Parts: sequence; structure tokens; C-alpha cells
Amino acid sequence: MLIERRWKKWVYFYIPLTLFVIGTLFPFYWMLITAIRPDSELYRSWRAVNNAPFWTLAPTLEHFRDLMEKTTFPHWLWNTFFIAVVSTIISLTCGLLAGYALARLRFPMAGTLGTSIFVTYLVPPTLLFIPLANIIRTFQLGDTPWALILTYPTFLIPFCTWLLMGYFKTIPKELEECARIDGATRFGAMTRIIFPIAVPGILSAGIFAFTLSWNEFIYALVFLSSPEKKTVPVGVVSELIRGDIYFWGQLMAGALLGSIPVALVYSFFVEYYVTGLTGSVKG
Amino acid sequence: MEKPIAGGSGSAAPLEVVLPRPGAQRAQPAAITRWLENEKLLAAVLLAPAVILLGLFIAYPFVMGVWLSLSNTSVGNVGEFVGVRNFVKAWHDSIFQTAFRNTFFYTFWATVFKLGLGMWLALLLNRNFRGKRIVRASMLLPFIVPTVLSTFAWRWMFDPTFSVLNWLLYRTGAITTKLPFLSDGVYGMWCAIAVNTWRGMPFFAITLLAGLQTINPDLHEAASLDGANGWQRFWRVTWPLLKPVTLVVVVFSVIQTFSDFQLIYVLTNGGPANSTHLLATYAYQVGVATGLLGEGAAISLFMLPVLFIVVWLQLRYLRRLEGA
Repeated sequence: MLIERRWKKWVYFYIPLTLFVIGTLFPFYWMLITAIRPDSELYRSWRAVNNAPFWTLAPTLEHFRDLMEKTTFPHWLWNTFFIAVVSTIISLTCGLLAGYALARLRFPMAGTLGTSIFVTYLVPPTLLFIPLANIIRTFQLGDTPWALILTYPTFLIPFCTWLLMGYFKTIPKELEECARIDGATRFGAMTRIIFPIAVPGILSAGIFAFTLSWNEFIYALVFLSSPEKKTVPVGVVSELIRGDIYFWGQLMAGALLGSIPVALVYSFFVEYYVTGLTGSVKG
Repeated sequence: MEKPIAGGSGSAAPLEVVLPRPGAQRAQPAAITRWLENEKLLAAVLLAPAVILLGLFIAYPFVMGVWLSLSNTSVGNVGEFVGVRNFVKAWHDSIFQTAFRNTFFYTFWATVFKLGLGMWLALLLNRNFRGKRIVRASMLLPFIVPTVLSTFAWRWMFDPTFSVLNWLLYRTGAITTKLPFLSDGVYGMWCAIAVNTWRGMPFFAITLLAGLQTINPDLHEAASLDGANGWQRFWRVTWPLLKPVTLVVVVFSVIQTFSDFQLIYVLTNGGPANSTHLLATYAYQVGVATGLLGEGAAISLFMLPVLFIVVWLQLRYLRRLEGA
């Protein structure tokens, strides 16, 4: 191995890495400290002499209590969770079947279909939200969770298909052929032999899809209007600011609570998430 | 196995029956399974749900978006065909021009910073040190949590009166009067670029790290035996091998940054005085907030040429990889 002098290691490694860690995590620390700080400390001029912005001596849970009791935040949490889970399940199912077909079966137009699914993968939601809002209105889905459950798959299915297609291609064909020789049908070989092997891939796609739909904003902003039907990101943006006044304590408490579920899911499945992330860009 | 057996009782059935109907499957298992032995039919069955959903909610809205952009539709008012008037109007609109320029500016600088810092972080994370796993995991946090929520934390940090960043800079003597983070158009744009970089850099770092880990360490060993220093090893060994991954990551990031909405919506909402709009936020303001669906659709369609070029480059590149 390459041997370095100690000061060099500090300059080229420890100091930059520490700066990266601080820069990355500081906003989260700031969320937390704002959320537990009493209002009297929160709104103190930045030049005040006794200002100690980085900690608080009188931590309080008041903002969290207000958030839970005086707003519809618990509803938002549930809505977000429900919508994310259902749209993930729909997208995984579609992606699993389509990914298998594209990876394994020979049929006319296979290449074209694969390419067009990849192209839809690259279509950003901001390109289509105006006509989609019109369609949602026509189908009378506006202001219902179904507006989101049916539209989130538009960016989740291409991703799941793409990821799982790549995964299926790594599974040897011989496994299926053996099963078929032993009398399994094509469909049976797929569901009983290939899908169980693909569980890690399915998990990666599922975790990634869940976080994507938890974080989605523009569709939720445009399609939902009643306060109690909103998702966390939209609710925090539109309901916690009254008039021109920002209730920063509550806002940061909401931001923190809205981030925790997805951070928890992530922390349990870091490796799967990373596989999903790196797989999502692989050709 | 190669050729599906032709004929069979089910092969003449119309395609509609193919839609998933678990009940039917149980009723006549023999017919259905025989039928699914046909490779083409099975493919059609498997692809149907995905294709129907994507057709209904991507292809159809796309066609509708084009129609809307060519009409004077507004909320509650079915419009009529007006040709390219919406596009011409947008092109001469000074706010649109600002938004258009901003979008390129924002995409360019945010991508440059994300790539540079992401690469640096990936190289740091590629070394062995204690606590590597936890550091790597925590680095992805900005990318995991909802952008809107973390952007609120930034907005609070940039607050005109209570900004902690102003406090820090003031205390360390870097400034004597507070910086107008979000109350000035130019500062606002750079703040947005900074937040976007903060959010997107982990994505670069982690995907590039995955690429770095596939590079054989022997190559570096050999290069350093030949007398190459760290800088040379990076440019002559790491970079050429990492180029394919980098290109793909950049393409993804460019698409997402170019079409960004939520970050600006929360951070500045296009202000002050419409100086920080991007195409997507301006399309929202015109199309949804004001209700001029036709004009809004036209504005968001201005994103299409750039996205098209990027996607096309990406596809060509993928083809070349497959061909090689």
C-alpha cells in the first residue's frame, strides 16, 4: 500500500471529510435545534449579545405538540404512507412483470418497447403536470389519494422495470430451462423459480420507489386541495404558513417528523437502497 | 421450447381476456396455462399493465399538453386553437426570458459543483477508515429526505432576520453587515444552486463510489510504481475508467436539475420580483396559480428540446456500449 505522512493525511483526508460531514448534516441539526427551541429564543436578533444559536438551555416539545394537536399533521403522515405504499406495490408488480418480459422473452417490438420505457423514465413530472391535472379532473379523481396512486407509477414503473430487467439478466437462463424440463410452465417457472431469486432486486426497487413517492411534491401540490387530504411535503408547505407568517418551530418539527419515516426505512435497508440507486443509472 | 406449439384451444381467444383476472385463471387453468406457453402472448400479458398505465398517464397527457399549448384554454373554459401564439407570447415575455436563462445557469453551475464535490467525496469515501459505513450512510441523507422539507431548513438558515449563516459570518468577522441571501435575485440564484448541490452531491458521490470500487487496485499500484503521483493517477487511471458512469450520472442529474421545481418553489417561489424563476416554477405560476392552462403548458414544453437532446445523447451512448 501507499504510505503517507501524517500531516498529509490530515490535509488531504480528515479535514475535507470532516467538512463534508458537517456541511451535509448541519441542516438536519439545525432542524432539530429549531424544533425544540422555545419561541422566545427563536426570534432573537442575529446580533443579540446573549445569542447562543447552536444549542438551547430550555428544550421544549411544544412545537411537536402543537403540530400534532392543532394541525392535521397526523392525517398527512398517514396519507403519505398510504399513497407511497400502494403506488409502490402497483409499480413493483407492473415493473416485475414487464421487466421479466423485456429481459427474457422474445417478441416483436421488444427493443422499441424497452427504449420507450427508458425514455418515459427520463420524462420529468414537471413537463406533464398541467395536462395531467386536466386529465385528473376529467376522471374526477381530483382531491382523492387515487389521483396520486395512479400517477406516481408513471415515474416508478419505468424505474422498477429498468432496475429489475437488469437484475433478471444476471440470473442464469439455465435455472428456468431446468424447471421447464421438469415440467413447469413458462409462467410457473417465472413465478416459482425466477421471482424468488430476484427478491433482493425487488427489495431494492421497492425501497427506492417508496422513498421517491414519499418525497414527490408537484403532483401532490397540484392534485390535492383539502387540508386533511394532503401529503406531508405539501401540508407543511401550504398549511403551516399562515398568511405571511412562518411558524419556524412548527415548520421544523414538521420537517423533522416528515423526514424520519423515510430515513428509518433507509437506515434499515441502506445496502438495498444503494443498490437501487446505483442500479437506477446503470445502462 | 424454442417454438411454442401452435394451435391449442386458447390461441384463438381475443387479447382482451389477457388482463389479469385471478378468478378466471382458477376456473380454467389448463386453457390459460397452455395459452401462456406462447412466448408472444405471455409477453403481451406481462407488459399490458405497465403499458396501459404509462400510456394513460404519460403518452396521453403528453399529447394533451401539446394540444393545450396550442390553445387558449384556461380553468373552466374550453379553449380553441390559437396556433403557436402561446409560444410567441412566452418568448417575448421578460419574466419568461429570465426564467429561461436562469434554468440554464442553475443547471450548469449546480451540475458542475455536484460533479466536482461528488467526485471528491467519492474519492474520500473510497479509502479505508473507521466508521466508514456510517459516514457513507449519513452522507446520503440529503438525498433521502423530502427535498421540500430540507429546503425549508435552508430557507430558515437564509432567513433575512434570523439567519444563522449571517450570524456565523458576522462572528468570524467575514462580514460587517448581513448578506441579502434570498432578498436579492443574484444571491437567491446562488443560494438555490448551493442547496441543489447539497441535495444532489450525495447521489453523485455514491454512484461514483460504486464505479470506483470496480476499479482494480492493481492498476493504481502499477501506476505508482511507475512514478505517477496522486493527481496523475486520478487523471490517467481513475478518470478514464470512471467516464462511462460519470456520463450517465451527469445526464440524470441534468434532467432533474433542468426540470427542478420544488427547490425554487420553497426557497424563493420565484421572487424577489420574479428574478429567480425556473421554467417549471414559472409554468406553475402561469398554468396553475393563474389558471392559464394553455400558456402554462407552452412554457413547460420549452423544456422539451433540451430534454430531448439529453435523452437522445444518452440513448446513443447506451447503444454504443451495447454494440461494443
